[in-house]
Amino acid sequence: MSDAPANARAQILDGIRRSLRRGDISGPARQAVDDRLARPPRGPTISRTALAPPEKVALFCHWAEANNATIARVAAADVASEVASFLVRSNLPAEVAMAPSPQLADYDWDGQKMLTIRRGRGEAGDQVSITGAFAAIAETGTLVMASGPEHPVTLNLLPDTHIVVLRERDIVGGYEDVWTLLRQRYGKDRMPRTVNTITGPSRTGDIEQAMELGAHGPRRMHIVVVQE
Amino acid sequence: MESTSRHFRQNVGTALADPNLQDSLTKLKVGFSERRRQAADRLPEFEALRDRARDIKNHTLANLDFYLEEFERKVVALGGHVHWAPTAADARRIIADLCKSAGARTVAKSKSMVAEEIALNEHLEDIGIEPIETDLGEYIIQLRREPPSHIIAPAVHLTKDQVADTFLEHHHRLGFTKRLTERNDLVAEARYVLRQKFVDADVGLTGANFLVAETGSSMLVTNEGNADLSNTLPRMHIVLASIEKVIPTLEDAAVLLRVLARSATGQESSAYTTLNTGPKRAGDLDGPEHYHVVLLDNGRSNVLGTEMQEILRCIRCGACMNHCPVYGAIGGHAYGWVYPGPLGAVLTPQLIGVEDAGNLPNASTFCGRCESVCPVRIPLPKLMRHWREREFERHLTPTPVRQGLALWSFVARRPRLYRRLAGLANRVLALFGRAEGRYRGLPFASGWTRFRDFPAPPTGGTFHAQWSRRRP
Repeated sequence: MSDAPANARAQILDGIRRSLRRGDISGPARQAVDDRLARPPRGPTISRTALAPPEKVALFCHWAEANNATIARVAAADVASEVASFLVRSNLPAEVAMAPSPQLADYDWDGQKMLTIRRGRGEAGDQVSITGAFAAIAETGTLVMASGPEHPVTLNLLPDTHIVVLRERDIVGGYEDVWTLLRQRYGKDRMPRTVNTITGPSRTGDIEQAMELGAHGPRRMHIVVVQE
Repeated sequence: MESTSRHFRQNVGTALADPNLQDSLTKLKVGFSERRRQAADRLPEFEALRDRARDIKNHTLANLDFYLEEFERKVVALGGHVHWAPTAADARRIIADLCKSAGARTVAKSKSMVAEEIALNEHLEDIGIEPIETDLGEYIIQLRREPPSHIIAPAVHLTKDQVADTFLEHHHRLGFTKRLTERNDLVAEARYVLRQKFVDADVGLTGANFLVAETGSSMLVTNEGNADLSNTLPRMHIVLASIEKVIPTLEDAAVLLRVLARSATGQESSAYTTLNTGPKRAGDLDGPEHYHVVLLDNGRSNVLGTEMQEILRCIRCGACMNHCPVYGAIGGHAYGWVYPGPLGAVLTPQLIGVEDAGNLPNASTFCGRCESVCPVRIPLPKLMRHWREREFERHLTPTPVRQGLALWSFVARRPRLYRRLAGLANRVLALFGRAEGRYRGLPFASGWTRFRDFPAPPTGGTFHAQWSRRRP
């Protein structure tokens, strides 16, 4: 099982049991904790997340913008042109690193002749990345990125500007809805290597508690919400 | 980290006389607490969430062995490794061996109070491995060779000008020869310097805010994204976490996350909350090849089942210190070890001994603000009182204090004597000039009157005397 000497493991676990004045958990107590893991109880319902789909989109946009992301809501046909226009508006180079995801490939990138696209992982010198999102949380304006061959983690972190293409149908109410989706997609016991939940660009308050953007991750986050 | 808690009284004197520190603390006192209040007010369920957060941690602590074993099983199933470290020395040795096995020259570190607790940086340096702190606050204090002064804002004791001087001194040889004056320029310079260090690092070491037993995931909450670069770019990711960080499920994490960021910085959510589960998978284009979790006990299992157990609920948000009038006056360094404020006053005697840290639980006004804002409702004043009792029982309290308490309890148990002495004191104080309603100086009370006036007793005798006259 573990790499550490078995006695270190036993020392800690036995110490816990001794302090709690009991042996190994067994019988009904064991059944209770097993059940709790199998069917996790939810915490108090968060009233702001109980919304119809259109209101979820609006709540997501509200909190994402409150956390310094910018938002554009466009039809699927206009995703590529919105990205190109954002790069021009923001004075950014027309070279992007894009997640190698089939879903992103469906947009009309060929229609943007000025745009140079490299598909793959993020590199230290990248200026702009484009990724999709596994889901988004309306409650706090948070994007959820699940790692995998189609979504390298480095694209979320290394570039100065992160552009996220988010489908309206992927916006859910609260965190618990994301856990449900992850279990459906990957299986209860098989989380992807990394799940990044990201709320706005990178920031720090470490100098005199004043918030500054762009500490280590992207300085800018632009979310293209695809209307459906 | 070497403790100076024993010298708490001297530390306090130094802190009160430090103008830069006092300047920084003035900002702290309004910033964090006001933002927390606004965040709590925005969420109608906040108090219910605090109750549930407390219950989740209590449930986990009562079943801690089960959830740790479950966590281990899930980590191993996805190709990770779990190491059990009963003591700080065990954890240091395990991490050093892992770093050597990876041929590491540098380790990119994301802020970890547990790493401070086991003095990891000093140990790595001793064996020729360079630890690089990547959280901006930790990076600043690493350059200055200082310990953190706050668990979530390690450089909160410094002013912008001090940071500018530090960067100029250390970045000069990298070609940055201009002294910066703007915060965003300082942030940009640190980002540039640290980016290359991330790329070059052989090992990434992070702490964990939570370990999720259900999925075998470590959960990290940051605003900068430094923890995410630490767990993605190097070949090996080591998670160092103490055993009470485990929680049962992702649903429990959702509850705890909702109270954590709001209590800590007043944010609705931190910028990055990341779940890491095992090493890079087949087909992944990035991520570490090796994933290790080091579980540290370091005395915590002994706290279970005692009257101090409730401190193990702590999720390290820092709200107790942000709201503490004592922390607000002296800052974090005076506490002399890793954990300052009310949290430190309870935890430090537990971890390094009441002999060295017995003064910390005495440094409280018992105003109760810490308990009133704690997201997991730890009764911090009650726990500090436990330590005061233990200190007294073990005859660690200084003799003048013991004698004073003995004298007071002798008198307090004899009501007639008490009234006579109080009446006498009242008349004596009147001789010193009650006319102004306060005294600028009093014999035997210079410790008080040096900083503030002493209020004069009311005319008309002691409270007892007035009460017996007015009682119907």
